[in-house]
Amino acid sequence: MSPFEIFLLADALFVIGIFGVLTRKNAIAILISVELILNGVNLNLINFARNTALGAKGQVFVLFVILLAALEAALGIAIILGIYRSLKKIDVDEARVLRG
Amino acid sequence: MENEFPIRLLILFPLIGFLITIFYGRRLGPRIVSILSPSAVLLSFIFSCAGLFKLLHLPPEERVIIDNLYTWINVGMLNISVSFRFDQLSILMALVVTGVGFLIHVYSVGYMHGDKKYTRFFAYLNLFIFSMLILVLGNNLLLMFLGWEGVGLCSYLLIGFWFEKVENAIAAIKAFIVNRIGDMGFIMGIILLFWSLGSHGVWTLDFDIIKQNVHLLGRERITIICLLLFMGATGKSAQLPLYVWLPDAMAGPTPVSALIHAATMVTAGVYMVTRMSFLYSLSPFAMETVAVVGGLTAFFAATIALVQNDIKKVLAYSTISQLGYMFLGVGVGAYSAGMFHLITHAFFKALLFLGAGSVIHGLSGEQDLRKMGGLRKSMPITWITMLLATLAISGIPPFAGFFSKDEILWGTLKSGHYYLAVLGIFTAGLTAFYMFRMLLLAFWGRTGAHAPHAHESPPVMTIPLAVLAFFSVVGGLLALTMHHFIEPVASYKAVSAVSEHSEWIMVVVSIVAAATGISVAFFFYVARPGVSAGLANRTSGIYRVLLNKYYVDEIYNFLFVRMLLILNSILAKFDIKIIDGIVNASSALTVDVSYGSGKFDLSVVDGSVNGISDGVISAGSKARRLQTGNLQNYVTAVVVGIICLVLVIIFV
Repeated sequence: MSPFEIFLLADALFVIGIFGVLTRKNAIAILISVELILNGVNLNLINFARNTALGAKGQVFVLFVILLAALEAALGIAIILGIYRSLKKIDVDEARVLRG
Repeated sequence: MENEFPIRLLILFPLIGFLITIFYGRRLGPRIVSILSPSAVLLSFIFSCAGLFKLLHLPPEERVIIDNLYTWINVGMLNISVSFRFDQLSILMALVVTGVGFLIHVYSVGYMHGDKKYTRFFAYLNLFIFSMLILVLGNNLLLMFLGWEGVGLCSYLLIGFWFEKVENAIAAIKAFIVNRIGDMGFIMGIILLFWSLGSHGVWTLDFDIIKQNVHLLGRERITIICLLLFMGATGKSAQLPLYVWLPDAMAGPTPVSALIHAATMVTAGVYMVTRMSFLYSLSPFAMETVAVVGGLTAFFAATIALVQNDIKKVLAYSTISQLGYMFLGVGVGAYSAGMFHLITHAFFKALLFLGAGSVIHGLSGEQDLRKMGGLRKSMPITWITMLLATLAISGIPPFAGFFSKDEILWGTLKSGHYYLAVLGIFTAGLTAFYMFRMLLLAFWGRTGAHAPHAHESPPVMTIPLAVLAFFSVVGGLLALTMHHFIEPVASYKAVSAVSEHSEWIMVVVSIVAAATGISVAFFFYVARPGVSAGLANRTSGIYRVLLNKYYVDEIYNFLFVRMLLILNSILAKFDIKIIDGIVNASSALTVDVSYGSGKFDLSVVDGSVNGISDGVISAGSKARRLQTGNLQNYVTAVVVGIICLVLVIIFV
């Protein structure tokens, strides 16, 4: 695949992720969509690392993002479990207890 | 280090005694108070003795010890420190105050036994000793004034001690008011002195500094200051024309009369004039006034004392008369003689009062001389001691009063005041007469109505009598050292008008006068008891005038009290009609104005405030809709924002 095709794929992943975050009501689906966004960005970083003067910096950055994504997933699941315990569902529209 | 002595301790003991007895007296009970209270004064006395020895060790011209405590007032130019002073003058006063004060405390233990307010009495006595020590030991005029007012307060409290009886309360108020008139003069004198020195750049009330700078003042100014200060002295020391409170002050318990109204407080005026002698010596007119007022008072009071029938009233007028002698002494410049008489008088007059108290105690409250008589058998100790005191006051050698009175008369003669000297000698004769009249009526003659159940007082009362009697007898020996001792503090170089030889003539004349007085008294009241009544009848006009004390109280009552009441009623009318009218009008105006102001407040001010807050609330409730709490709304906003930013970056 040429760099441009990889670029298109990565952007597609990113935009699909954004769409998922904005439209899905299920918290887990939102979490998955966030993963899509992150991986779209990762793919772009790798792409530019290989094909431009960015070099190894981009690959190091990807490792950071993967690490953060893991943490984010763990925290996100924990929050969702908390919400599930108190509301018995994981619909984000229902989680408005803190609203003034 | 040599010139230091903790004078503050001297003053502290009576203060502690006062504080303990006034606050815990009731809880401690009379037994403990009657030990605690006199011992506080005894401690002060011991310290005074120590101070005297300390002073005597110093060379005569350096005999001043000053104990500085702290700065009391420091306002602008006025800088007054609380500091106490020992010198030849104040140590003598301190010794008299604490010594006689201690004896009278002991005596009171017996005299006040069983009184309801026993502990309170001792609290007041201690407070009095405290104030009196401040008066005599204070190193500046303001501190002296503080003590001056303090003793006035104690005098008021103790005269009205049995305030359940209305007359006693009235007597207390009278004493207070008459003293206030004098005190007004005193404080005016202090202020005038302060300002006069201040206008020369010396802002002070300190005795030493005043003394050093007294040459800055003009002669007329000094005269005015001296006369104002002397006005205070006439109030406190019961001289013409402000003596009227002292006879009424006899309403208080007898130890009080002895301590305050004979031995110590009333002599404060003499002490003050002696203390300010450097000022008086510069004003011959003021000196003359003091001497004349003193001499006239001595004579005037002695004539009243001739016919009084209340044993304490006789002693009261006698005290006024003797105080007159003291002022005569200091007025003619014989300061040491005046102070000497002050001390001997403290002994024998305290003794006379305590003896009278013993008589009153023995007769269960009887004070009328006409109902006494023949007491010398049932009260032997009181009789002997009072006889000694009476001989002393009459001026019979070798008793104390003889020396001191003679020194005053000799000083008067020496300075050329012949008429005052003659008046003084004549008064000495009168003194001998009325004192022996009192003594004989009480102790001699047929047995009075009360005599059968009269009894001698307990030892706690008779021992102080004996001690005082001892001093009344030997007090005259002080004459040997007195003049020399006082000299550095208060001296007045008068031109000697007569030769030294005539002193002997004068002494003989005054002894003859005293002896005549005594013989006449014996003739009237022992040899021919009926004669005095006949004489009183034949000269009924004079007799009645004397018996009614020259109607001075009535005159004062008419001149001042009645006039004041009339003025009062006029002022009251003015007050009700005009002042009240103005006040009411202004209050009505105020009500109207505030009604209008209230309306404005409610509608305009409150309206605008409420309007602003309502606006804020409605704006807030609209703005809160933005915060939906829906996560996806927020993310949408973020994404839209990012897109906008990207577009801006690309196209702008």
